[in-house]
Amino acid sequence: MNEASPGAAFISVLRRDLMLAYRHRAQILNPLLFFVIVVSLFPLGLDPEPELLHTIAPGVIWVAALLAAMLSLDNMFRSDFDDGSLEQLLLTPHPLPLLVLAKIVAHWLTSGLPLLVLAPVLGMLLNLGNESLFSLLATLALGTPVLSLIGSIGVALTVGLRGGGVLLSLLILPLFIPVLIFAANAVGNAGAGLDITGQLAFLGSLLALASALAPLATAAALRISLN
Amino acid sequence: MVIRSAQSNSRMLANHMGYLQLYVSGPFDALKPAGMNHSMDDSSRIEGVGLAISRNDRYIFTDLNFSLEAGQILQVEGHNGSGKTTMLRILCGLTLPSEGEVQWRGENIRKNLAEYCAQLAYVGHAPGIKGELTPLENLDFAKTMDRPRKDADAEKVLERLQLPAFCDDVPCHNLSAGQRRRVALGRLLMLDARLWVLDEPFTALDPGGRKLVEELLSEHAQAGGMAVLTTHHVVNLEGCSVRQLQLGT
Repeated sequence: MNEASPGAAFISVLRRDLMLAYRHRAQILNPLLFFVIVVSLFPLGLDPEPELLHTIAPGVIWVAALLAAMLSLDNMFRSDFDDGSLEQLLLTPHPLPLLVLAKIVAHWLTSGLPLLVLAPVLGMLLNLGNESLFSLLATLALGTPVLSLIGSIGVALTVGLRGGGVLLSLLILPLFIPVLIFAANAVGNAGAGLDITGQLAFLGSLLALASALAPLATAAALRISLN
Repeated sequence: MVIRSAQSNSRMLANHMGYLQLYVSGPFDALKPAGMNHSMDDSSRIEGVGLAISRNDRYIFTDLNFSLEAGQILQVEGHNGSGKTTMLRILCGLTLPSEGEVQWRGENIRKNLAEYCAQLAYVGHAPGIKGELTPLENLDFAKTMDRPRKDADAEKVLERLQLPAFCDDVPCHNLSAGQRRRVALGRLLMLDARLWVLDEPFTALDPGGRKLVEELLSEHAQAGGMAVLTTHHVVNLEGCSVRQLQLGT
């Protein structure tokens, strides 16, 4: 038996997905551009008062990040489903939740991580102070993986459906709300000089919970979708 | 196409109508596989026991029984919509049958799906290869995901499948449908799988390609492997024990 180990399979899926993302750069850029444009439209549409921008900044950036994540989610299993690679993934001897986790990590690296790089620039555009910028980064670092993890369950459930996009938003957006509330609240409080440990702890526990359970749920959902 | 309401007693119907028959083709029966050079024991055996599948409250097929042993090839026949692809997906464990079970070595495949998957190579309607990756990258990925053959080498496999050398480094979406099919079939040669499940493997292949697939199937069967395939073509598998399973007569 010279069977590949589950760890090697995990790395193999992660590498392949990153390579596919690199060869399909436009697909990654689309949600990022959306994120940048939505946030930078707010100062144009509203009164460009520094005080007002400072107040709305946490909410605006987080809502835009959430919508950008929604935009990128649909691609997670779509092409694999269409070309039959998903069937092949289900037929490997390795634990499916592990392979699913590799796909989720690849999704976060290509859609969540770039948001972390862009967010400070957009934060400055909206007049966020240093304290708030730091908390914005911390909440994005804890929150965006949760978006990818929870989102993967919804995508897995709707991947076999025609017009699953609408259903996906209905399924997933309500589940994103706790992340939005704690994250935007943390950034706002940090700007006011308040302690944000509580919010960060909540986001951290959401991340722990999602990373333990979401791959299992996604794997089960994929088996149902391909039945 | 025989479609029955899900409420009717499927087993009785199948007995009365006899619409699922298992033929064993005569002339090849006596020919046993020549050399078993796989490291295989003879207990390998796949069985379908009382399989039935219903879609939209209608049975596509009911009470389907078959068994296949090392060195045998099962050709599933039937008109469009008779459930050939569904049957293959049930066999792979992708689709749950409404009734019955698939047994591998006398045990339900669901009991140890991972072990069963290690023995299985499936080439479905969709080729299961990524268009953005080259044939070499696709086969190397397949190799890391399953139990590869000891001498698995993507370049040699592509050569064997008569894919022009310049294609090795071209993204698969630039290849023709037949060439993509060849890359997908390359998975069979990369993996050390006992059971091949092939859905219309001859689609999009030219006569040379069809002959090649027949050769691969013969070699596989003679080495003690098993294969289940659907096709509308007349397959010419010399020296193999070919069984035929008729769906929806």
